[in-house]
Amino acid sequence: MTLFRPAAVLLGKELRTEFRTRELLAATVVFVLMVLVLFSFTFDPTTAESKRFGPGLLWLALLFAGSLMLHPSFTREQANDTLAALRMSPIDPFSILVAKIVANCCFLLMAETLLLPVFAALYNLSLLPVLGRLACVLILGTIALSTIGTTFSAISSQARMRELLLPLLLLPLLAPALIASTEATVGLLENPPALSLTWIGVLVAFDVIFLTVTWLFGEYLLEE
Amino acid sequence: MAEVRASALSAVGSAKRAGSGGLETLGIALLLGVAGYAALFIAPTERTMGLIQRIFYFHVPSAWTGFVAFAITFVSSIAYLRTRSPKWDWLAVSAAEIGVGFISVMLITGPIWAKPVWGIWWTWDARLTSTFVLWLLYVCYLLLRTLVDEPERRAVLSAVFGIFAAFDVPFVYFSIWFFRTQHPQPVIGAGGYLDPVMLRVLLLCWAALLGVLAILLRQRYRLEALRYEVGELRVEAARRGELG
Repeated sequence: MTLFRPAAVLLGKELRTEFRTRELLAATVVFVLMVLVLFSFTFDPTTAESKRFGPGLLWLALLFAGSLMLHPSFTREQANDTLAALRMSPIDPFSILVAKIVANCCFLLMAETLLLPVFAALYNLSLLPVLGRLACVLILGTIALSTIGTTFSAISSQARMRELLLPLLLLPLLAPALIASTEATVGLLENPPALSLTWIGVLVAFDVIFLTVTWLFGEYLLEE
Repeated sequence: MAEVRASALSAVGSAKRAGSGGLETLGIALLLGVAGYAALFIAPTERTMGLIQRIFYFHVPSAWTGFVAFAITFVSSIAYLRTRSPKWDWLAVSAAEIGVGFISVMLITGPIWAKPVWGIWWTWDARLTSTFVLWLLYVCYLLLRTLVDEPERRAVLSAVFGIFAAFDVPFVYFSIWFFRTQHPQPVIGAGGYLDPVMLRVLLLCWAALLGVLAILLRQRYRLEALRYEVGELRVEAARRGELG
């Protein structure tokens, strides 16, 4: 019962399912765009103001998008009861979760790649000089979002009012990750740009601890 | 499965036999009275804040008691997943509910104190904000429980969420503390001096509130056990109805 081979096969399945329709990706990109436009009405989006509020609204938009787009990762399996089939197969149950986490992380990162230039243009922010460091923050923050988001979508898919429940479970738990990634991004927009090692440390610790907790306790969510 | 059910039913039995604990309740009520008296009359009046500072003797112990309750939820959640005995689930939900109660007391007494002392009801100080997020986390835990109907699924799902929430607490406290100390200075300074009499009264009040926690926990646990029994009886009645 190795973890990686089944996880890789399942990851292929997740990516294939999504790329047949690309509906999740399209919906996420449009949703974040919409939030970015709506946020521009809540303050005066000059460059100085955008530097202060931009990172926060970017991460908040991603968090909201994640709390909506991660929802189908388990409900999609319910239509044909395919999760039962996955559970019956002789693989480590964690590989089912890991495949979904990695797939969701990929979708979110793709959406972010598309959105970042638009975000920079709309809010007059020059992200090019700090692109490498920004990518590092984005990846760490997205791992946090997709790890907990995917695990919790396994919880919410088994409850009533599941669409409402996922954001309720996800948002308070991700508050520390939101603060850390927002603050790290704010640091990158300052002059001169500085990558706060404390916040990167918080994000890394958050990712490592919650991946471990998911590894230890996630399989209970998949049982019948 | 049958074993789990048998052990659950014996736990129901022992919860019922334990009774309501009238004597203990009386003892804790007395302790609470003494603590209240000490907080109002024995502890010296604080020099700058005056009488309003006395709310501190219930505000701070409420927070500590709330943390103890959440720790019980965490431990019982792990114990539930390990043993699958419903009694751990009963303990987890009882502690979470009471913990939310104590933290609510803290969140309400805080602004009552803050309004005359700081002149504002609320400030986004590190400690206030992180406790608020903590409160939200456990309110969501309780919400999750109301949205899952099947008892065993509910127990498993909420146990996993309870464990995640517990691991999140240090992150909430650290990140908000670090965020706030970078920005406006926290209003409550660290490392203050506390009068020894005040400290003793504070600890007495905490002891009294821990006693309240124990009594509430016992009653709430008993209620949960009775609910389980009612559920079992309903299933049994439905089955007999089908047969007859």
